Amino acid sequence: MTIVPLRPLRWLAASAALAVASLSPNVFAQAAKYGPGASATEIKLGQTMPYSGPASAYGTIGKLHQAYFKMINDNGGINGRKVNLISLDDGYSPPKTVEQVRRLVEQDEVLALFQTLGTPPNSAIHKYVNGKKVPHLLLATGATKWGDPKNFPWTMGFNLSYQSEGEIYAKWLLKTKPDAKVAILYQNDDYGKDVLKGVKDGLGAAGAKMIVKEATYEVTDPTVDSQIIALQGSGADTFINITTPKFGAQAVRKAWDSGWKPLHIINNVSASVGSVLIPAGLDKSVGLVTVQYYKDPNDPQWKDDPAMLEWRAFMGRYYKEGDPKDASNLYAYITAQTMVQILKQCGNDLTRENVMKQAASLKNFKSALLLPGMSMNTSPTDFFPIQQAQLAKFTGQLWQGFGDVISTGAQP
Amino acid sequence: METTAAPLTMPAAPAGVDAARRRRHLIGVAILLVAACVLPFLVGNYRVFQLTLVLAYSIALLGLNMLTGYNGQISLGHGAFYAIGAYTAAILMDKFGMPYWMTIPIAGAVCLIAGFLFGLPALRLEGLYLALATFALGVAMPQILKHKSLEQWTGGVQGIVIVKPEAPEGLGLSQDQWLYFFTLAWVVLMFFIGWNLLRGRIGRAMVAIRDQPVAAQAMGVNTSLVKSLTFGVSALYTGVAGALGSIAIQFVAPDSFNIFLSITLVVGVVIGGLASISGAIYGAFFIQFIPNVADQISKAAPWAIYGIFLLAFMYAMPTGVAGFVRILRARLRR
Repeated sequence: MTIVPLRPLRWLAASAALAVASLSPNVFAQAAKYGPGASATEIKLGQTMPYSGPASAYGTIGKLHQAYFKMINDNGGINGRKVNLISLDDGYSPPKTVEQVRRLVEQDEVLALFQTLGTPPNSAIHKYVNGKKVPHLLLATGATKWGDPKNFPWTMGFNLSYQSEGEIYAKWLLKTKPDAKVAILYQNDDYGKDVLKGVKDGLGAAGAKMIVKEATYEVTDPTVDSQIIALQGSGADTFINITTPKFGAQAVRKAWDSGWKPLHIINNVSASVGSVLIPAGLDKSVGLVTVQYYKDPNDPQWKDDPAMLEWRAFMGRYYKEGDPKDASNLYAYITAQTMVQILKQCGNDLTRENVMKQAASLKNFKSALLLPGMSMNTSPTDFFPIQQAQLAKFTGQLWQGFGDVISTGAQP
Repeated sequence: METTAAPLTMPAAPAGVDAARRRRHLIGVAILLVAACVLPFLVGNYRVFQLTLVLAYSIALLGLNMLTGYNGQISLGHGAFYAIGAYTAAILMDKFGMPYWMTIPIAGAVCLIAGFLFGLPALRLEGLYLALATFALGVAMPQILKHKSLEQWTGGVQGIVIVKPEAPEGLGLSQDQWLYFFTLAWVVLMFFIGWNLLRGRIGRAMVAIRDQPVAAQAMGVNTSLVKSLTFGVSALYTGVAGALGSIAIQFVAPDSFNIFLSITLVVGVVIGGLASISGAIYGAFFIQFIPNVADQISKAAPWAIYGIFLLAFMYAMPTGVAGFVRILRARLRR
């Protein structure tokens, strides 16, 4: 009688021991490590976006990110964890960015910052996030200074850097139009000067002769009409237009209305058909040249492209209020994909150190929305994910890529 | 302006009542100070940082209130003085290696001179015309700061990054807490000076100029001197606030001081209560926290929500929060 009740117990003990023995190596291998903002169920990311203020047209990027992570979460999250993106308005004002980012880091305790937008806002938090050792990833700005792993090991940009872009224009001009008389309009800030530096570096010694006139505007200016007239008056036959969308549209329009017919290069920041060329007038935009590194949602050649179909399906299902003509929405999709890739690579080690390490080990990562032949690569000494681009010409309906995908070397 | 002006000269009261009121006042201030000293130990560093900004704003609002509330001159360009103060502190620290605490009085002095000089010609302008002249200053300031000739000092569009001051050793305070107390000390000093200034002869002269400029002149008030001095002192306060704010934010850039800052300061003064010293503190809380609340309510239209808040405040408290508090207190006493 005394043995009978013991038996099942002994069995139980034995099987339990067996189970522990067989599981334990697995358990140790999977022992997850969590930094601030990460747990078995959630990964917390933070960002600031200009939902109000002068750059509010870019607010759509943050809205798309939220929709994208909702889709990821609906499909089970990343390695079983839901992504919680806390997206706050900074109105493109640096002091506000500092305040909001401090909230994200100190109060919400996010694992990483993702796609904080704009050069002045990011400049204001650059030192702070590196002091706090918070990954500051895939910034939505092309300033060259974001790729400086030696001095700022916690900050990594995303966009093709402004200097690389300027260099590509300069190299192309030197090759195809060496006797060009160049007029340049640029925004009087970090961004404008960065592209300008790329152009000047690219032109090299020839630059002094080729650039006949430069003009600037402030982001608070109502129009750039007077600058365009001054540039036209210089007798230039080539116009490099380094502007943000609102001013890009004005410049295209004014350059056309005033009868100036230069070879018109417009920087990628303002190459959106939806938010720049349609307001400026498509007929007035024919012949514009820019660089591209991702597919244009308005380009019929990608109409049946599987990646584009996937993106459109996403837009229809998760972000109906977003404009499917606006290239910013496609850009935001690629950056969200890249963030997901980094988080996937992290596996179960969700510490800030590992997030940064994985961000710096993107190997041949291909988003199908990038132009064919392009991929993203980073390393501990190379914090520039995008270093390739192709020139494109506007046909009146779409940007038609021409020439090869041009790579620029690693930046200093 | 006249309708919202608070009575500054108290109705004659028996000496005993006056002393009792004074004592109550002092007790109130003491309680407030104790609360202000305890607060940073109860909340996290991020909140302490926000409260530091509230303190800095309250100094700026007190300065603007002297000009607008007490003296009746409208300025839509005080963001420019805030910027001058901030840049003075930043440049002194960045280019001359000056310790942060020394930069505050210098920032104030620079703004006093700038404000006085701007106030002299502005004297010829009354009411809305002065508002426009100061508006011009506020609009121009970000571009002046970006100008090439100043770039070697101001850092141009890139701005200047400021190193955050360390708390003195042995106090056991975090950097943010230390900065909070440092700012609080300035608040106490500036409010004490402001209180003495506004309750005395000069304060009465300022109000007299606002309400009855001809009568003030007839009584021997040097209107032009008082007006431009008020402008200068007001700029001094705003400059001190700008310097304190920039040390807390650790960064100055032209984009930080756009015209919206000037408008925000006016909003703070009016919401807090014109011609009221305590109003500066209420106003500072409003301009610091209401935009965040609005953002939390609606991402799509935060400024529409902000507008609703503004309308609600103006409708419910037409004499500002300070006026509302005053009415409440009078009711309770009855």
